[in-house]
Amino acid sequence: MISQLQHIAIGRRALAVAAAGLILAALLPASGNSTGFQTVTVTIRHSRFLPAQFTVRRGATVRFVFTNTDPIDHEFILGEDAVQRRHESGTEPKHGAIPGEVSIPAGKTAETTYTFNGAGRLLIGCHAPGHYAYGMRGWVRILD
Amino acid sequence: MPRLLCSVGVALFLVVASTSTALACAGLIGPNGSVNLVRTTTLAAYHNGVEHYVTAFSFQGGGGKFGSIVPLPGIPTKVERGGDWTLQRLIRETQPILRGALAARAVSEDGVRVILETRIDALDITVLEGGGAAVGRWAREHGFVLPPDAPEVLDFYANRSPIFMAARFDADAARARGQQIGDGTPIHLTIPVSNPWVPLRVLALGKNGSDLIQADVYLLTDIRPALLPGPRRGFSLQYSAPASASLIRDLRSDKGMGWMPTGEMWLTHLVVNSAARDLTYDLAVDASGRGRPSWVAAGLVPFRVPTIPPLRGSALMVLTAVVLLGGAGVTEMARRRPA
Repeated sequence: MISQLQHIAIGRRALAVAAAGLILAALLPASGNSTGFQTVTVTIRHSRFLPAQFTVRRGATVRFVFTNTDPIDHEFILGEDAVQRRHESGTEPKHGAIPGEVSIPAGKTAETTYTFNGAGRLLIGCHAPGHYAYGMRGWVRILD
Repeated sequence: MPRLLCSVGVALFLVVASTSTALACAGLIGPNGSVNLVRTTTLAAYHNGVEHYVTAFSFQGGGGKFGSIVPLPGIPTKVERGGDWTLQRLIRETQPILRGALAARAVSEDGVRVILETRIDALDITVLEGGGAAVGRWAREHGFVLPPDAPEVLDFYANRSPIFMAARFDADAARARGQQIGDGTPIHLTIPVSNPWVPLRVLALGKNGSDLIQADVYLLTDIRPALLPGPRRGFSLQYSAPASASLIRDLRSDKGMGWMPTGEMWLTHLVVNSAARDLTYDLAVDASGRGRPSWVAAGLVPFRVPTIPPLRGSALMVLTAVVLLGGAGVTEMARRRPA
């Protein structure tokens, strides 16, 4: 009986490791090059970012390319919670000049590039009226 | 194959520059973000393969324009001003009680076809055919402001029936016509369909999850219909009985209601009183007597285009894993089976 339990536990551990590997792969949908520059493609559909969670290395420069398949405008704002709150109550109609912030018109493609110098976690979100509350948000985890 | 029946006039999208105008048949999002919740009353009557959909849009004051887009089960052959007392008479009929597969069409998203345009009182009506994204684009181009859940909801309906009705309420015109706040403009659509269907999920469009959605849905059918879903929290059957002779007589005498048979009809009254987050379904009706309302029409199973996609790498891996795990499970069960 004991050996059977150990076998099951080992099996579960192996499965967990495999699952973690798969999840990590899913969280890094980027094409990189030798300089650490990565391109991440994000589809926007039904007012959601797909994917909405990312993991990057500290110091990485990531080019986010968005394809908005919805018939409504969206935006991508990357930053801490304070940044998200500021945009939630802000009135800027267009974004694009600041790294990590870009407007994505309906049916269009847009991009922004951001270098992750800090560590920890940043949030992403769309702050068109009602979109953030609707669930159009996610996060970026920055690994040391 | 059953086709859709649109029976609930619902306000989906707000148009620009309105202040307090509203459509009577649903809650609306105001331009300032406020939400006006208004109870909906609609009749979906079905006789001889034709759906008669009657709802009302009411003037709530203010100025500018206001609009809604309503999913339809098919292409209407007629859009006209509805009768003056049909909805009110139905309410009166059931109030004492209160006290006590769809048309599977592939949808092109390339564009929108305008099928019909008409003006009824202060309402500009456009019937459109197109995919969810295309109808959404059309709506934007015509001044509608779409809430964040609109893309998903439009696809939810367009995948089953790519026909929509856009109704724009011109509040300035309503005022010029002398319409008072609360005055309704009844609309009557005649839609050939093979079975009725009532969109309910669309009532929750643009609402917060906790917002209360209220609607009265009346069905008049030749025989007692089979319905899906059945009564559940927030959705109740209030009345189900043969329509009284006086009701049929009164309704037949209203404008545009001469299509009603002189014989018996079955009256069903359903009430939606649901949090927006729970209203994730439509009402499928089988009025044929077979007793098999469509799960797809009810939105309980997604509509799928009947194609068999090729197995790709990831799918093949998953399938292989499932087969392997299943095989391992069977082996383990066999091993443990007592002799």
